[in-house]
Amino acid sequence: MNVPRFWRTERTRYGLVGEVCRVCHEPIFPPRDVCPHCTEAGQDVHQFSGKGEVYSYSIVYEAPAGYTENQPYTVALVKLAEGPLLTAQLTDVDNDQVRIGMPVEMVTRKIKEEGENGLIVYGYKFRPVLGGASA
Amino acid sequence: MREVSIVGIGQTKAGEHWERSMRDLAVDAISAALKDAGLESADALYVGNMLSGELTAQQHLGALVADWAGLEGIEAVRVEGADASGALAVRQGYLGVASGLQDIVVVCGVEKTTDADAETALAAWSSALDAEYESFHGVTVSAMHGLLMRRYMHEFEVSREDFAPFALNAHKNGVNNPNAMFRSAITAEAFVKGGMLADPIGMFDAAPLCDGAAAVVLCPSDRAGRIASKPVRVRASGVATDRLALHSRRDPLFLQAAYASALKAYQQAGVGPSDIKLFELHDSFTVMAALSLEACGFAERGKGTRLAQEGAITLQGRIPISTMGGLKARGHAVGATGVYQIVELALQLRGEAGANQVSGSLGMAQNIGGSGATAVTHILEA
Repeated sequence: MNVPRFWRTERTRYGLVGEVCRVCHEPIFPPRDVCPHCTEAGQDVHQFSGKGEVYSYSIVYEAPAGYTENQPYTVALVKLAEGPLLTAQLTDVDNDQVRIGMPVEMVTRKIKEEGENGLIVYGYKFRPVLGGASA
Repeated sequence: MREVSIVGIGQTKAGEHWERSMRDLAVDAISAALKDAGLESADALYVGNMLSGELTAQQHLGALVADWAGLEGIEAVRVEGADASGALAVRQGYLGVASGLQDIVVVCGVEKTTDADAETALAAWSSALDAEYESFHGVTVSAMHGLLMRRYMHEFEVSREDFAPFALNAHKNGVNNPNAMFRSAITAEAFVKGGMLADPIGMFDAAPLCDGAAAVVLCPSDRAGRIASKPVRVRASGVATDRLALHSRRDPLFLQAAYASALKAYQQAGVGPSDIKLFELHDSFTVMAALSLEACGFAERGKGTRLAQEGAITLQGRIPISTMGGLKARGHAVGATGVYQIVELALQLRGEAGANQVSGSLGMAQNIGGSGATAVTHILEA
């Protein structure tokens, strides 16, 4: 069981907590110790808003081991309002309703289970903004 | 730094080898390459492999393969860079000989994907991506390329059908490669009707995972003529990396590592894209073929599919690709692929490509890891 590994990234996965670089002020998600923009060390914790839009998407028909229960599901590249791109599943939406540019917002959902008696791992997914403009 | 040449090549068929284990396949390829070179021993062995640890709990491949291949005691190490493991192993062998510290080097790429079920192999292959922030979310390598392809189609206003020429060309060339996994041509209709793996990636956009091994023997160029009748010279070797996760890339639709490694290779060889007569590129997916052509200067940004539609990529075209089937039809034996590319390029440059023979004395091979985070480019000359 991967308890320490998942415990370490809880805040990032549950709350979309990332960083802002103290030197170049660029937003960083996920958090890391060396700024990918300016390579300086030194970041401040930053809570992202959870708002973004679909940059790209793909409907997974052949899921890997551990993820087959929910196939077919849609994965997406989401462009956060603050700028960074991240990878996540989309939820609360039919696979055929997804469009590039669709406004989405972050929610915390179950990602997977490590077997019947194992850890249940949660993380961020994105759903269409309720009441948002349709594509 | 010394000049390096290839004096022996060997390969197994790429496909499903139920009767042969990973170590069996490695021995088959190495034995063939040593026999081709007329040699019986080597100073060092570099083994390219990605999945052995995860799929069969076997690491420590340098020592294992040296042991099994009759190369007891020599310096040996396994090299890994996801799908680019094979070409990275070639790179290490090249560095060993070029440095003057090693004279005869064997490089073997080997992969056995069929000892595990498809879902397990797919999950293992997806460790090429960012485990915490990409594959953790259920993204497979196919789905990652689905994200790329969908964005490519959106930004450059092309359709799924526009990618068909890459698949058609690869399968056509596979017909005449006795070592290819798939040896029948496909039609444009079949391409469109193929089932979806990760929309918009269809069955015929994706190279099949398979088993296989390929090997080369390297030595200093000034000795090569005494060993082989048709040595092939390594004119350049270049490696670059990019941010691992696709979402971290400065420009997701530009293969920066492919560009940077090709640039290093062009500069080392003193050539440009117009001098390259054939290109064994990394067609793990049709969108990767398009992006590779763009990154290496054969097509402008977003015009890779148009180049293919114009017929430029066929054996008769201006820049033949996948001349022996590519990853798409020959098969993608993950860690072995980079060495298969070098072997096929060497066959072409030696004039031994049979019905798929392309004329010209300068060729390029490029092996890419994951969604583009490692790229290894070699330029070879007859």
